[in-house]
Parts: sequence; C-alpha cells; structure tokens
Amino acid sequence: MGKRPTNNQAAHAAEGVEKIDVKAVNTAETRKLYKKREKIHPKAARGRFRKLKWAIMVLTLGIYYLAPWIRWDRGPGAPDQAILLDLPARKFYFFFIEIWPQEFYYVTGLLIIAALGLFLATALAGRVWCGYACPQTVWTDLFIWIERKIEGDRNARIKLDKAPWTAGKIAKRVIKHVLWLLVGALTGGAWVFYFADAPTLARELLTFSAPPVAYITIAVLTLTTYLFGGFAREQVCTYMCPWPRIQGSMFDEQSLLVTYHPKRGEPRGKHKKGESWDNRGHCIDCKQCVAVCPMGIDIRDGLQLECINCALCIDACDAVMDKLGLPRGLIGYDTVAGLEAVTHDDPYKKTRPKFIRGRTIVYTLLIALVGGGMLYTLLNRGDLELNVLRDRNPLYITLKDGSIRDGYTIKVLNKAHKTRKLELDVIGLPEATLKMIGLKTKTPQKRLPVTVGPDQVKSLRVFVIVPPDKLASGAEEFDFRVKDTETGLVLRHESVFRGPKK
Amino acid sequence: MSAADNKPQTHPSDPETTGHEWDGIKEFNNPLPRWWLWTFYATIIWSIGYWILMPAWPFLGDDYSKGLLGYSQRQELADELAAAEAARSEMNAKLVKADLSKIEDDPQLLEYAMAGGRSAFGVNCAQCHGSVGQGAPGYPNLQDNDWLWGGTLEDISTTIHVGIRSTHEDTRSGDMPAFGLDETLNKEEIAAVADYVLSLSGNGSGNEKGAEIFAENCAACHGDDAKGNQEVGAPNLTDNIWLYGGDRATVIETITKGRGGVMPSWEGKLDEATIRQLAVYVHTLGGGE
Repeated sequence: MGKRPTNNQAAHAAEGVEKIDVKAVNTAETRKLYKKREKIHPKAARGRFRKLKWAIMVLTLGIYYLAPWIRWDRGPGAPDQAILLDLPARKFYFFFIEIWPQEFYYVTGLLIIAALGLFLATALAGRVWCGYACPQTVWTDLFIWIERKIEGDRNARIKLDKAPWTAGKIAKRVIKHVLWLLVGALTGGAWVFYFADAPTLARELLTFSAPPVAYITIAVLTLTTYLFGGFAREQVCTYMCPWPRIQGSMFDEQSLLVTYHPKRGEPRGKHKKGESWDNRGHCIDCKQCVAVCPMGIDIRDGLQLECINCALCIDACDAVMDKLGLPRGLIGYDTVAGLEAVTHDDPYKKTRPKFIRGRTIVYTLLIALVGGGMLYTLLNRGDLELNVLRDRNPLYITLKDGSIRDGYTIKVLNKAHKTRKLELDVIGLPEATLKMIGLKTKTPQKRLPVTVGPDQVKSLRVFVIVPPDKLASGAEEFDFRVKDTETGLVLRHESVFRGPKK
Repeated sequence: MSAADNKPQTHPSDPETTGHEWDGIKEFNNPLPRWWLWTFYATIIWSIGYWILMPAWPFLGDDYSKGLLGYSQRQELADELAAAEAARSEMNAKLVKADLSKIEDDPQLLEYAMAGGRSAFGVNCAQCHGSVGQGAPGYPNLQDNDWLWGGTLEDISTTIHVGIRSTHEDTRSGDMPAFGLDETLNKEEIAAVADYVLSLSGNGSGNEKGAEIFAENCAACHGDDAKGNQEVGAPNLTDNIWLYGGDRATVIETITKGRGGVMPSWEGKLDEATIRQLAVYVHTLGGGE
C-alpha cells in the first residue's frame, strides 16, 4: 500500500507498468491453520454494571459455597442437610422436599424449566446468562480479580508479561497461581459437600480418611477450575460452549443487547477540547471499551459471536461520556429494532423494547405449565404410595375347589420417617379373600395387616381368591385399599381380577 | 469456486469463507485454536498408553495383547461372582441351619430364599414347569393348591431332593398302570370307568359299571372317594385340575396306556441352600400348604 519500489527492484509487469515486490500478509496461503491464543489483559471497569456483577458474584458464589452447610431437621435417622444428593440411597433432599428415584421426573421438570428460563432470558435480554450468571464468567471474573490484586491492572500486567524473570516477577506469579489453585480446590471442595454430610466429610477430608472418590472429584474440579478460570477463559465461551451458537436462533430484533450506537458514534475520531461536536460522531476512539473487554473484542464492530454481553464496555464508555459532558449510552443496552430506529437527526432516540411478544409469551406459558404441573403434583403427593403390579403369567389359577386366584405384587412406599401400621383390603370384589406371603395366618382373610418401616419400600406378594362362580365376567375391575390405622389415611389403587372367559 | 466468492463478508476484518454455503449462510474459514490441536495430540498419546496398559489388540495368534495392568473383564466377572458368593455365604449358612418350617417366619430369610429361589428356578426348573411354575400338560402346575406328592414345605423339599421315578434310591414312585395295554380292562370297561371318573368332577353323568370297575381297579391308589393319595402320587380325581388333560379322549388314553412322568433328583446337583431356596420359592407361589 503506497509502498514505492526502490530503483534496484525495478521489475516490470508489462511495458510501462512496474511490478511491486510485496506480499499480502493475510492471504490464505500464509495464514496459519492453527491459531495460538492471544492473551487478553482486561482493564478494571468501574460503574453500575460492574457493581451489579460484583453483587451477583458474591451472591452466586456465596450460595454455592455455603448452601451445603445449611441444616434442616428431618427427625432421627434422616439426614439433617438441607440440600443433599444421597447417591447410595438414591434420594435427593431439598429443604422440605424429598425426591425418591421413581420421582426423578421432578429433576426432568427442573431441567426443562431451566432450559425454557434460559430461552426466555435470551429472548428478553440476549446473553444475560453468559454475562452475569454463567459459572465460567463468574469464576473468570474472580480469577481476573485475583490477578489484578497481585499483578496490578492492565498496563502493569502487560509490562510484567514482557519483563525478565526477576525474583519479584517470580514471586508475583507464584502467589497468583497458588491463589488460583486454592480457589480451584475450594470450588471442588464445595462440590463434594452436596453429596455427603458436609461437616462429617469436612472432618474426613482434613484427616485424609474421606472416600477416594471425594479426593478425585476435588482434584479434577481443582484442575478444571484452574485451567478454565486462569488460562482458557474466553476460549471456553468461543470454542467449547455450544450455547453461543444456539443463541443466534434465540433472540430477535426486540431482544436487548449490549451494543454500540454507530449512528451516534460515527464518524469517530480524536476530539480536542472546545471543539464542536457537530458533523462528527461522539466516539473519540479512546478504546476504553476494548481495554476492559474480557473477550478481547471491539464492541463497535457490531454483534459478535464472542460477545458475552457482560456490559463492562458500557461502564467504560459511560465514564468517558461523563468526562466529556455528553449523555451516557453511546454503548448501552438496546435492541436491533432500537438501533434501526435511531437516525442521525435524533441520535439519542430511545425505543422501548417490546418485551411482550410471541416468543416470550410462549416461553412464559410453557414455564408456567411445567412449573405449575410440578408444583401441583408436589403439593398433592403424600408420604405414602401404593403401586400394584398384576401377575400376567399365569393370568389366573384355578384351585382344586374351583376358586379362582390371581396374584399381585403390591409395593407400599412409606416416605415418612416412622414405622406405619396399615390394613390392606379390596373394594369391588365382595366375595374375595386375601392371602399374603410371609404372614403367620395361612388362611385367606378379608383384611391383611401390613407393617412398613420408616423410609421403606415394602414389596408384598398378595393373592386374591374368589370362590367358584362368583365372578360376573372374565375381567372384574376392583381397587386395592390401604388404610393407615393411626391416621386413618386411605389410599386406593385400581387393578383387574381375571378369571376364565364367560 | 472462484476466488471472488471466498472474499470478505460484511466487515473488512472478517476472514475468508470456506466457500460452503447453506441458505445464504456462509462458513468463515477461521483457524482452529492451537490448544484444540494439542488436545487432539493428547488423545493420541493417551490411546498409545492405553494400548500398552490395557488389553487392546486382537488376532495375535489365538490370543490378544494383555496389557501391562493385567486387566481382564473375564477376571473381573469371576471376582464379582466370587464376591457375590462370599456375600451370600452367611445367608446360605443361616438358611441351611434354620428349621425348614420356620424359614417363612423370618422376613429377611424369606425374602432371600424367594429371590434366590426365583433365579434357581429359572435355571433348573422352568424348562418343564414353565417360567413361573405355571406347568404344562404332563408337568404339574406349581401355582395351584393341588399337589400330587404333598404341598408342605417339607414335602416340596423332599420331592426336589429325591425326584419322582428318578435314579435316586429313595425316589418318590408310584405307577399308573396301563390298563388297556396290559389287557386288564377292555375298551368298553375303560370307556365306562373314564365316564365315571369324569363325573366325579362334575363332567357328565356316571354309571354303575364304571363305579364298580373303579372300586376294583383304581380305588387302591386313588382312594374310595377318589381324592387321591399323596403317598403314591395318585392324583385327586374329584377336582377339575388335570395333569394330562381332562377331556374324555385324554382320560381314556391315560387309563389305557398308563402314566409315569419323571422328575430328576436334584440332590448332589444343587447344594442344600439352593434346594431350600427352591422349596421356599415353590411353596410361596401361592398353593403352598
């Protein structure tokens, strides 16, 4: 570009046309197939979004580290940890909720709600999850904060990077990495407390008597936290995470985005004191927005895959606008529709985003539907459950006196933390008598006593016997009924009694 | 694809595209991150380590490469089976030591015996008696309460031990003679006694002649009241449960040719704990006495 050939290079492309000896830097032939990560040194930002992000960091990390230590009294014999994933017993405790394996659909429901919630948040405010709440963002923020405390802000860090390995540099680096590893270890350390009684496990961990899987989990999470928070950082978001790629289809022209207002900012350029702002843009090209960006992008290039919408560039630009005496918001939250509505004549034009629109209504309804369904079943489920499995082979048995006998496996789930005394009988088969394996009395009864221990699933082999010729049809519908002899609680479960075809 | 098609998109800093296009969406030709490449190399190195440490290569003659760690899934299975056996030994000892009639009063022992019995039944008994003991023509139904040789836990246990018409010296045995083939009875007599036998369970009307023949030839085993005799395995003929079939032709065939089904003796083939588990399982199928 504009490079003049020296006289001794005077080659000619054609008669009268000189050939310049220059090579395009960026041709496909010279470009590398693999790109080394270029280190990003984000500058500290100050402002309302930074404050909000600190608050969210304290809140989310606080919940993460402290939640397993909350106690919740469930009575003797049951764990007193508020949040506990008891994998060996296959039970999940969450405050007053206790989920057994056969209720795992609640977890499915929670995941569906989480996914829909993410969709809704994205439709409303773009990558708000990425920018504020994603663990990768929060932990990277924490790692950068530690880095800044030890090595100083952006310029000091760049300088330190280039500096020779003096004792001071080594000391700073060692402290930084030790602190990072410590955060990683605490992260992994907190994780394992969700799967066992926290105080007990903590004691075991410190006396090196905890199960190996606890140490392995902590080691793996320490390493991944250290790698992802200290080194991979934005690479995780750009290359590993599928969510940024999916989001392209999640937001529309009404979704809020962190964006630069080109119609107000351009043409950009240096501004001298006292100079008029007429006929030029408000962007003074100070590049503060670039310096604070943890993703290493220039927000002024427009919507980009890498941008996690962390809003730190808003803080940086707002501070500059304040200094210049111009209104804030050259970089701010706006929608694509809002950007288009801005004109050069009215560069400050604000368009209210349409929050209520097709997709947000659908997402909200779906969340309400799934959440409402879950809440309904959760509130209406008892701590006693009855399940009946009918023998299918053989369908029925003819006894020697001509009676018909059907076999059933009945499961009684007692989710209470105490022993229950129940009575089992049948409704809808007036002539029927019952027999149960394991009962002392071998003669068929009208009513059977059943004792179920605390937190127990009891499986009963029950035979229903109907005397000869008392069946109206080959398949009689009836109910099994259990009654709690103390509380009077009654549960019924329908089933079918089969006999010879009539 | 001309070079012009690969040229920048919307922004000067955008890289070239690969030339791939779907519905107007073009693919940037971005370089892969280098760490990704290193991760790929790391997986290759891992796989080499895996070849060396774990069983990996087949077809080395009749063998395969064993790996330095000596891991083997067969060995793991054998170890797990041995561990399961060891874990069961305590319960098995308890089961063998227990008074047979008391087993079902101990919920833990009962559950253990039923579970073990079910699996042993599936392996050893289901071939004849059906997957849950529902029986088949010639092979007794073990779910009902009609027993040829007795339905108490003791009786069932004995039957499993010694078998029926088996090679065991104490085998249960009893013969249904072939009245027709032996020419003890002629065809008319057989038909008459068959009609009489059927009438005992409410199928058709009996006859005097049949009753006489029954008293002379059959009552010795089946009893004067035809309710059978478990000492010799003679079935009760007054109920509607038939081992070989309750239609007239089958009953005539039974009287003419006799019957003599065999159940093997399991003593020595199965250990005492397994036999007890089987006895409890069969006893709890529903018809146990």
